[in-house]
Formats: sequence, C-alpha cells, structure tokens
Amino acid sequence: MHKKEELRAPVSQKPHVVEKPENIDTIGGTVTLELNEKKVTVPLGTTILDACKENNIHIPTLCHHEDLCVAGVCRLCVVEVEGMRTLQASCAYPITSPIKVHTSTPMVRQARKHIIDLLISEHYGECYSCFRNNNCELQSLAKEYGVDHYNFGHIEKPRYEVDKSSYSVIRDMDKCVLCKRCVRTCIDLQEVGVLEAVGRGDQTRISTFLDKPLADVVCINCGQCINRCPTGALRANDPRDEIWEAIDDPKKHVIIQTAPSPRAAIGEEFGQEPGLSYTKEMTTALRRIGFDKVFDTNFTADLTIMEEGTELILRLYKALVEKDNSVKVPQFTSCSPGWVKYLEHFYPEYIDNLSSAKSPQQMFGALIKTYYAEKNGINPEDIVSVALMPCSAKKFECNRPEMHDSGFKDVDYGLTTRELAQMIKEAGIFLPEMPKSNFDNPFGEASGAGLIFGATGGVMEAAIRTVYELITGKNVEDFFENMNVTPVRGFEGVKYAELPITEVGPVPDILKPLVPNWDWVKGATLKVAVVHGTANAKKVMEDIKAGGKFSECHFIEFMACPGGCLGGGGQPIPTNKEIRAKRAQAIYNEDESLTLRKSHMNENVLRLYEEFLPEGPCSHKSHKLLHTHYTERGKYIA
Amino acid sequence: MLVLEKNAITEEIEESIKLHGNNRSALIPILQDIQRKHSHISDFAQQEVARLLDIHPVEVYSVVSFYAFLNTKPKGRNIVRLCQTITCDLQGKAAIAKAIERELNCKFGETTQDKKFSLEFANCLGMCDQGPAMIVNDKVYSHLTPEKAVQILSNIK
Ligand code: SF4
Ligand code: SF4
Ligand code: SF4
Ligand code: FES
Ligand code: FES
Repeated sequence: MHKKEELRAPVSQKPHVVEKPENIDTIGGTVTLELNEKKVTVPLGTTILDACKENNIHIPTLCHHEDLCVAGVCRLCVVEVEGMRTLQASCAYPITSPIKVHTSTPMVRQARKHIIDLLISEHYGECYSCFRNNNCELQSLAKEYGVDHYNFGHIEKPRYEVDKSSYSVIRDMDKCVLCKRCVRTCIDLQEVGVLEAVGRGDQTRISTFLDKPLADVVCINCGQCINRCPTGALRANDPRDEIWEAIDDPKKHVIIQTAPSPRAAIGEEFGQEPGLSYTKEMTTALRRIGFDKVFDTNFTADLTIMEEGTELILRLYKALVEKDNSVKVPQFTSCSPGWVKYLEHFYPEYIDNLSSAKSPQQMFGALIKTYYAEKNGINPEDIVSVALMPCSAKKFECNRPEMHDSGFKDVDYGLTTRELAQMIKEAGIFLPEMPKSNFDNPFGEASGAGLIFGATGGVMEAAIRTVYELITGKNVEDFFENMNVTPVRGFEGVKYAELPITEVGPVPDILKPLVPNWDWVKGATLKVAVVHGTANAKKVMEDIKAGGKFSECHFIEFMACPGGCLGGGGQPIPTNKEIRAKRAQAIYNEDESLTLRKSHMNENVLRLYEEFLPEGPCSHKSHKLLHTHYTERGKYIA
Repeated sequence: MLVLEKNAITEEIEESIKLHGNNRSALIPILQDIQRKHSHISDFAQQEVARLLDIHPVEVYSVVSFYAFLNTKPKGRNIVRLCQTITCDLQGKAAIAKAIERELNCKFGETTQDKKFSLEFANCLGMCDQGPAMIVNDKVYSHLTPEKAVQILSNIK
C-alpha cells in the first residue's frame, strides 16, 4: 500500500524541473549534445525544449506550460533526433546522452504545419469575436506557420453548447484544442479535480463529472484553468456590458473599489514589463472611463485586519483562558473565496475554523451601500458597486445569496484585471501615460499592510504588524527589521513560523470591551502558517485532520491561487513563476514606499469605527455588516 | 438511492480494493468488478471509488466514459455486442442485426422491456476471418447467420 500523498500526486504529475548541479564539472552532471550542429552542454535530464530555450532556438509549443507536468500530447514541439525512427516531442525528451538534434528540417516543419492545420480544421470560432484575439497561442501558431487557408477543411457548425452556468468560468469547448492544460491545472496544480478528458476518439472533450454544468460540480472558481488555457475555450464571466450600461446611465452612481493585485499587473496588458505598479495611473483612467468614485480595497483590507485580528484574539482568549470548547482554533483566513469554497466542499467539518470576517471586497460592498450612501445622501438603490479583482472567484462571491447585508446586493459586479484593461482600451486610453491621481474619500489612502494582501503571506504579515503592536504596545519595527515580517514571505507552498510574545503592554482602548488584560499571552508563542494553492491547502488540512503540527497553529492564511491573489485567475495571461515573483516585488516595493504601513494606524479606518461602528471591532453592528457565515457543501454530487 | 444500498456498494468496493490494492492503477480492475456485478457503474459508485482511491470523481468518469465495456447507466442482464466494422459489415452484419431486432422487439442501442438484453454495436472484435461476429456477455460467436444468432439468444436465460 502506498502512502496517501504519493498516491495522489506522483512525481510524474509535477512540473519537470532540472536543478543545475552545484559543480558543473561533476562527472555525470552534464551532457553535451549537438543542437543544429552546434555543441552545447546542459545539465543531465534537461529537456530538448529547455536546452533550445537556453540557446535561443524557438520551438513552438501548445500543451507545454511551465507550471504543469509534461503532457506531450500536442506534438507541436517535435524535433528530429538522429538515430530515432520518428520525430520526438522536445518538451517530453530529457537529454541523457550526447544526441544530435535538428529543430528545423523539412520533416519537422511539415509535421508542425499539419498539426496546426488539423487543429484549425476542428476549431470552431472566429478570432474577432473572441476574447483571446491577439493573445491566443493557437492564433499565434497559425500566424507563425503562415496558415492562409483551411488545408484540411474547416468545421462549419458548433459541436457543443457553451457552458455559462458558472458565475465565474465560461467554457466554450468548440475552441478547445485538447491540450489538457486546464486538466493538469485543476487536478495536479490545484488538486480540485473538476476537469478531465471525457469520451474517446473524435468524441473526446474536456468535461466535468457526469458532464454536469460547471456550477453544479466542485469547481472553486479559482480561474487558474482560464489563466493556463492557450485559447479562448475558457474565459471569465465578463460583466463589461452591464458596467458600461450603468456608467452611461446618469441616474446611477457607479463606484469601483480596486484590489491590491490588479495594479501590480495591469501594465502587462499594455505591453509593459511585469513588476511595475500603475496604481495612480489606474485611478485616473478609471475616472476617465466614467466611474463616479474610485476607492481602494486596501481600506477594507485594513478593516479586515481589525476585525479578523480581533476575532483571533477573542478566539484565543475563549479557547485558552475560558476553555470554551465550542471555539475552534486554528483560525483560518476567509478572504480568498476560492479557498472558502474549497473548504466548504472538501472539509466542511472545519467551517467553524473559518474567520467569520468577510473578505475585503464584501466588507467594502456592505459599507458602500450603508455608510457611504448615508454620509453622501445617495440612495443605495442608485449605487452600482463594482469590484476590480485579480480573481474570478470574486464574481461568485458577490453573488452568494448571503451577501446582501446592506439590504441590497452588496457588490454588483466583480471585474477582473483583464476585463478592466479591456475597458480602458475601449475608452481609448493608454494606461501607462495617464497622469497620477489619488483614491477618493472618505476611504482615501490605505496602508501598506492592506496592499500586501495581494501576495501570499500578506494577510499574515499585515495581521502580525497589527496584533503585535496591539499586544506589546511597542512598534513592530522593534521585532522585525523595517517592518518586513520575512518569515511569512516567499513562494514556498507552505510556510510555518513561530513568533514568541515576550512582553505585553496595556490593552488598547479599542479592545477594552473584549479582553481584560494581556497576561494570558505573555510568554506564549504564536504559531502561524501561510499556504497558497489549494494543493498545498489540502496537505495542511490533511495534517490538521491527523492532529499534526498544523493543528497546533493559532492562525493560518490560505489562498486558493498559487502565489496568492497576484497569481489570480483574473490576472493578465500569461502568468508564470517569473511573472508572479515580479508582481510580488512590485507589491512589496510599493508597501515600502508608503509611510502608513499598519492597518490599525489607518485613520480612515479609525474614523469609520468612531462614526459608524462605535462599539468597535466584532461588535453587534460590525457582525451584522462585516461578518458572514458559510455553507457546508460537501463533495458528493447527486 | 437507499442508504442501505449505498453501504452495500461501498463494502463491495472495499472488497475489490482488498484484492487489487488502492493504487491508482487498480482503478480498472475495480471498475470491472462493479460492472460485472451491476452491469453498470452508478454515479455514486464512481464517487465512492474515487474517494477510496483518493482520486477525483471526474478521473473515474473519464476512464468509464473512455471504455465501451464500462457503462454509467443500467443495462439489461445480458449485453449483446454485434461487430459493425467493415469485414463483418461486408459479411452480412445488417441482416443479423435486423433478425435480432425483430426477434427481441428492440433496437440496437436500447434495452428490452424485460431488461433481459441490451443491444449494442461494437468495433472489430478481431474475428474478421470468421465474421459476422458478436459477443454475448463474455462469449464470442462467429460465422453468424440470422437464424444462428436468434437461436443463440433464445438459449440465454
Ligand atoms: S481561441 Fe484563438 S484561434 Fe480560436 S477564435 Fe479565439 S483567438 Fe481565434
Ligand atoms: S476554476 Fe479552478 S476549480 Fe474550477 S475548473 Fe478551473 S481550475 Fe478547476
Ligand atoms: S479548455 Fe483550454 S486548456 Fe483545456 S484542453 Fe481545451 S484548450 Fe487546453
Ligand atoms: S508542447 Fe510538446 S507535445 Fe505539446
Ligand atoms: S470486422 Fe468484425 S471482427 Fe473484425
């Protein structure tokens, strides 16, 4: 019998990564091959494709994606290897001997051309009515190989119905090229397991369990599959038309809140290098498009820290001091709607561990149609509330039936980074050249702590900055250099940190109604973990179930997407390891450039409590507006 | 589905796992066990297999939908598969199909009302030199004539 973990994800289902040997001269560490008559030396086991990349030889690919395991199904990357009878798929050929490779022979070119012609013969769809127009790998291949007619004919009618059941992901299988990138994403990378190839031969299609609509299966709406699909077969549910309509309606007051991650990535949609933030250019562009107010979701990220941080303190107090068994520890973050749905499906018995605090998007939604509407004398019925998010799951979240605490639909539309870029283009605006402007009041500028929510570890870091100061009464800089809580940063799948609380201060006013003193945490060690990608979440949840080390944590941050929100399913395509790292850098750089970097120092948040929630965090009114509940969904499909 | 019935299926799958192991590669033998016993693999059984092998239900469905000999919907007690590929076709498959359909009052692709037979076309059975050929459950019959085919089916309980 195998151990569970080995069983589920054998090595063959992980991306093929060859580490450079430390000493390149080690015998057996490298291999020298001939690439188009040129001798090159690469680490043993490198694929022909990677060797070619290193040596600036372009090989077309379709099913290959560096986040995913090798599939070798499309055969576009074929090359000739001397001595082999057939063409070899370079993405699936690890070099272990001194082979001779030719990447552009008549046979290679013809094979590739035929593959492209065959793919196109079955491809129903027109580029000008497709969201991937100009950013589609099939289209680029056709262009690269100069396709100017249908060599093998062309399909004339659609074969499949478009699945529009999901609030988040739309599937148009007529545009699918069966590369199985979405399958490997959903099964291997995310371990949710919604999509697979179903049927056989020319009936093969990518589908769900029992061919159910996407809304009826365990899809968590993360959109990672959209981000890895080479064509327009998968796309997000796009609300642009409705938003334009609202903008054009003079009776409507249209506001937009913008999450931290889109600003660090939207430049990519305008041909800019990844890793540059366009926060202030974006606010201007949004106003020019016609949004009446532009707000920063980081404001409610700060608010989330106040609510969720307080909730954590309360939970620990009840569990550790009052020995209340009904209180569940560790507390799990709840700001990633993909993660929330994952837990609801696969670990419903842990629903009570989820923080009841709403995500920043939904907190903002509830405040806009109450606090903001009252303050400005606007009828909430006339407000259209849009949320710019890096995420497709946010579209589902704003449609959850419980998200009506303002008396209206709290957030009307979730808009992805890609879709906003499209709107900006439609308005004839070139984003990078916009003048800079600030966010609108009364929410104004937010803290760097709210900003780093966009990167994995960010929520944890923001919470630590605040909780540490509230408990010790000292500056967090005294504990972490330059306020950077490095133990919770970085792209490791699961991070674990122990943070000793060596001293305590007086209880700050805002928490006085809730805890009498800090004596009970003095000398304690706060155990935290940070997890991104649901495959990693699964590991941690299994450990918790088995009573392992993570069950002793106090607080765990979970994000559904690899890299956190900056790698979200609504972000520009492509998204890969390198791009994720650059976006994270953009976010951390922007945080360091701010003076306000702690949520509890955000004066606008403190004013909100004074004016609107005078009983403070986790009080009755805050519970009504800023907290929520979850649904046990389970994974069985009837 | 009744809870009792559900538990029975779970127990059967657990028995199969004892025999074949719980590695991913045990999937097909386990599915064959279920198919043999119930003549189909229900939605629930697919999800239970997935749970017990720690794979995803859609992966099980992917395999079931790939193989013509695995069904998701209940079938008759006996499954008749008549070869429709070119050699058997040339050797008179159509006449045989017609005879069987008339005899059982049931079309290919359907199941008789008494649930005794399901009729299906299959692709080449590897008996091309002895066509037309068909398989009833596990048994192959070759050199068929319309009379012989009807005779074979009437001998089946
Ligand atoms: S998927 Fe690509 S090739 Fe197909 S219609 Fe869309 S842009 Fe064109
Ligand atoms: S959105 Fe996420 S969970 Fe849903 S099918 Fe795509 S990858 Fe799978
Ligand atoms: S839906 Fe997209 S990613 Fe999935 S197999 Fe089809 S083309 Fe590939
Ligand atoms: S990219 Fe190599 S086979 Fe598809
Ligand atoms: S064609 Fe019928 S058995 Fe081969």
